[in-house]
Amino acid sequence: MTDRVKRLREISTTAVPSISMERAKYFTEAYKMWEGSVSVPEMRALALRHFMENRSLYIERGELIVGEKGDRPQAAPTFPELCCHTVEDLQIMNDREIIFFKNTEEQREWHAKEIIPYWENRSIRHRILSVMTDEWRDAYAAGIFTEFMEQRGPGHTVCSDKIYNKGFADYKKDIADAIAALDYQHDPEAYRRREQLTAMSIACDAIITLGHRYEALARELAKSETDEAWKSDLLTIADNCAVVPEHAPQTFHQALQMYWFVHLCVTSELNPWDAYSPGRLDQHVYPFYRHDVERGVLDDDRALELLECLWVKFNNQPAPPKVGVTLKESGTYTDFANINTGGITPDGEDGVNPVSYLILDCMDEMKLLQPSSNVQISRKTPNKFLMRACEIASKGWGQPAFYNTEAIISELMAAGKSLADARKGGTSGCVETGAFGNEAYILTGYFNIPKILELTLYNGYDHYTGKTIGLQLGSPEDFDSYEKLYDAFCRQMEHFIDIKLTGSAVIERIYADYMPVPFLSIITNDCIATGKDYNAGGARYNTSYLQGVGIGTITDSLSSIKRHVYDNHDFTLRELVDAMETNFENAPDMFHTIRSATPFYGNDDDYADDIMKDVFNFYQKTVTGRPNVRGGQYRVNMLPTTCHVYFGEVMLASPNGRLAAKPVSEGISPDKGADTHGPTAVIRSCAKMDHLRTGGTLLNQKFTPAVLAGKDGLSNLAALIRSYFAMDGHHIQFNVVDRQTLLDAQAHPDEYRDLIVRVAGYSDHFRNLSRALQDEIIERTEQNFG
Amino acid sequence: MAANATANVFNIQRFSVHDGDGIRTTVFFSGCPLSCLWCHNPEGESATPSLLYNAEKCVGCGRCADVCPNGAISLSGGRAAEDFARCAACGECVPVCQADARAIAGKPMTVDEIVKVCVADRMFYEQSGGGVTLSGGEVMAKSLDFLLPLLRELQYEDIGVNIDTSGYAPYEKFSAVLPYTDAFLYDIKSVDGELHRRLTGVDNARILSNLRALSDDGARIIIRVPVIEPAANCTEDAMDALARVLDGVRYERVHLLPYHNTGVYKRKSLGWLSSDTFETPSGELMEALRARLSARGVRDVRIGG
Repeated sequence: MTDRVKRLREISTTAVPSISMERAKYFTEAYKMWEGSVSVPEMRALALRHFMENRSLYIERGELIVGEKGDRPQAAPTFPELCCHTVEDLQIMNDREIIFFKNTEEQREWHAKEIIPYWENRSIRHRILSVMTDEWRDAYAAGIFTEFMEQRGPGHTVCSDKIYNKGFADYKKDIADAIAALDYQHDPEAYRRREQLTAMSIACDAIITLGHRYEALARELAKSETDEAWKSDLLTIADNCAVVPEHAPQTFHQALQMYWFVHLCVTSELNPWDAYSPGRLDQHVYPFYRHDVERGVLDDDRALELLECLWVKFNNQPAPPKVGVTLKESGTYTDFANINTGGITPDGEDGVNPVSYLILDCMDEMKLLQPSSNVQISRKTPNKFLMRACEIASKGWGQPAFYNTEAIISELMAAGKSLADARKGGTSGCVETGAFGNEAYILTGYFNIPKILELTLYNGYDHYTGKTIGLQLGSPEDFDSYEKLYDAFCRQMEHFIDIKLTGSAVIERIYADYMPVPFLSIITNDCIATGKDYNAGGARYNTSYLQGVGIGTITDSLSSIKRHVYDNHDFTLRELVDAMETNFENAPDMFHTIRSATPFYGNDDDYADDIMKDVFNFYQKTVTGRPNVRGGQYRVNMLPTTCHVYFGEVMLASPNGRLAAKPVSEGISPDKGADTHGPTAVIRSCAKMDHLRTGGTLLNQKFTPAVLAGKDGLSNLAALIRSYFAMDGHHIQFNVVDRQTLLDAQAHPDEYRDLIVRVAGYSDHFRNLSRALQDEIIERTEQNFG
Repeated sequence: MAANATANVFNIQRFSVHDGDGIRTTVFFSGCPLSCLWCHNPEGESATPSLLYNAEKCVGCGRCADVCPNGAISLSGGRAAEDFARCAACGECVPVCQADARAIAGKPMTVDEIVKVCVADRMFYEQSGGGVTLSGGEVMAKSLDFLLPLLRELQYEDIGVNIDTSGYAPYEKFSAVLPYTDAFLYDIKSVDGELHRRLTGVDNARILSNLRALSDDGARIIIRVPVIEPAANCTEDAMDALARVLDGVRYERVHLLPYHNTGVYKRKSLGWLSSDTFETPSGELMEALRARLSARGVRDVRIGG
């Protein structure tokens, strides 16, 4: 690592996360100036342009890629038009021990005076919460599901190679052509399309302005700079910003800067989930790399340094500040920008190129939380690449995660994408599959599957809120067979899925009508061609995802009931339900029987795994194919972020012996301590789920370092991955750290400031996790076989 | 000679990565003609099932004593005391134990049952160059009426087999299994006959002659040598003697395996009393032994695995 990068990395990892009020200021000013006199899409674009024309700029000495989301590294802007924080919210963000955002008394006073009065009763969050039904509210309060769009915008999308072939001046021209081609006589939507396209054109100006302002600033700084090397770098920055984003990039350096400007504009326009991602970065920038290397103006050291400067930029941007349930479902600074490396090319050939290896080197040297870095492993991926990725993974900090290229392509094609679009796709966020550049694939919320069983066992009554919120389908005595109970569970699940999706239909409509994203629409096919917004169905493909959580816990709970209540008559369902209410304190024998003699998921035991398949298939079938308001369909994911901790908090003890308030299982991983037959049995169990009918699944495995030591250890890890992928597994990731280290880190957080662990589709500093989540990771089954 | 032939198995370990190449499933058969003082898997010594009882976990609830049909359990000092002489390893006490302090090691399994577990991980063997390792106890102590059907089934499934053995069995048996075996993981506990008798209870003459015979018959052989302080293979003289024995034997590589004490608590759990104490050799000693062996012309000497 060069001294330049070392210094930038140090600044990035030590800067204190804070709130930046600038965006709120300029967006509010813009709304006050134009709202009502222009269309909604134009209003949004004007606000973005106003912000880009006036916001403060920031160039850190030594950096080669410029631009920050806030006014400095780790400063997070707010989005009051979406979620208008109260003064108490800001105070909590300032004071809380983890995932804090420092803000000053002065900022809070200003916010109270300028922001709250304008936005408190007109923010999207306010609008959503005031139109949801009572049954939606009750289910939300009980932790049956969460709602993604309540504080953050729909996003979950990824950049294609579009921005490397054209500049925004070119897109302005495309937009003007589209406006000129509108047919007002035969298209009743023509005028709405003109409003939308006009907004896109204004958004092009917003990003072009930002580029030229950075160009001017860099030239200005260069004038008075006495350090010749830095002066020369500043002039390079100025020259780059004279080209991008207005025009298509000409060099590797400009290509990276182009991406970064686009990233800033997408994430300033709104605060979309999962920020924005460069997607198949290695393939997108490889032509620039090759061209520059052939001309003799770039070598691998310089290319790596430039990539590392870009990595710092990702890491400088904490996820937008969250509060309440949304903080609980995603309690992290990570904003999930996720880079896919490897895979195959659009022509179906091996996609690994020299930049792929440089990205692995970058990942290895930088060891940063952001961006989340992953590798796509295809049947065609050379072992050299897989082994290098395994070597980095064996260092223990959870990156890279491994994704199955063939599974991703099958999943995308099963959801109606063309082969050409599927091959350009990948995963973003944690594990979510998407057709990069062509799809709006929006996560709507997490769904608490184990809690559905709890409500079924208590005849619809929820202990957490003290209300009857579910269907009343019978008391334990009425369920005289497993099939009857299972059928009631399915009806209860369907009921809550209906409630959730009804709410989502309203929320998606609100975003389509009131929160368009003209900038994101420019770079997403086919929004220009259709004159429709990304949030209103303008993308080529429009998917909505509902993420199932707790498949391990629900499987083991049903397995426990089936085995002990109905097969063996060890105890009655009533006795079990009573014991759950006392957290098994009055029933130690029952607890022991459950923990020691239940077939649990994760052991390659069909008794449990068949139950997993039943539950998954029902959930999948109930959600998949339902229409969303953007002209697309619903599909499922199986991933939790940090929501498995929250979903556990709202639950009693469960029939598998999971104690009250403890986390439910994460992703599709077995519940903690349930799997006792090693990683191959876990993988076999997980592969019994039909991953290809999902939009992504998440499997965590924890190894002790000794198991993966040496070349043989890495080869075995590579073989585990290849085997899982041959069985159509979607994703696997690893923590390689021993229990003692984690316990010590919990006791002495200051001595382990750099300890990074894999959480669920992303990595995080161990010290920044809640105590409950730390405990959960410590208790995950450690594969120390061998 | 049928697929319903059975043998007692005390463990099947999947994702076994230190018993041969790649990812393997290791089947541990009960019953061993040797009784090594340091045995890592003492629950595999008896050919019949044995009770394992970990007194440290016992909470003294007494339920085991209530259900024991043989009166082998009494309560003393707040803990269950086991009279192993009376224990018939019937397993009645296992499910009632609230502290999970009890287990039965060894249960009869048919060839089909064993093959079914082994086949489950076929994908992992194929990706890693792994397979199945038959171990113990002493797998070569099983009858050919059991072994040959098992080996033929695994061969039919195209799963490679390693045999992990002490070498202490009639050569006819080795000769019979050789066509079905990819490699022998061949233990040499000591080349000193007198010491071997004292440490393991049996003479090593047959072990060493079998080694030469396997070598002559073209078997793929991987030598495994435990290093145990102060008992065995922890001196340069011992390495020199080992090198002389290996001279003229065709083997692929030699693993020096440092002793670890995981067997100690299991021996206690079986009610074994032992006055012998063994130490894990230091890293420096292991390296010195490896260097000595290499200097004596032994090729590809590895530590561990």
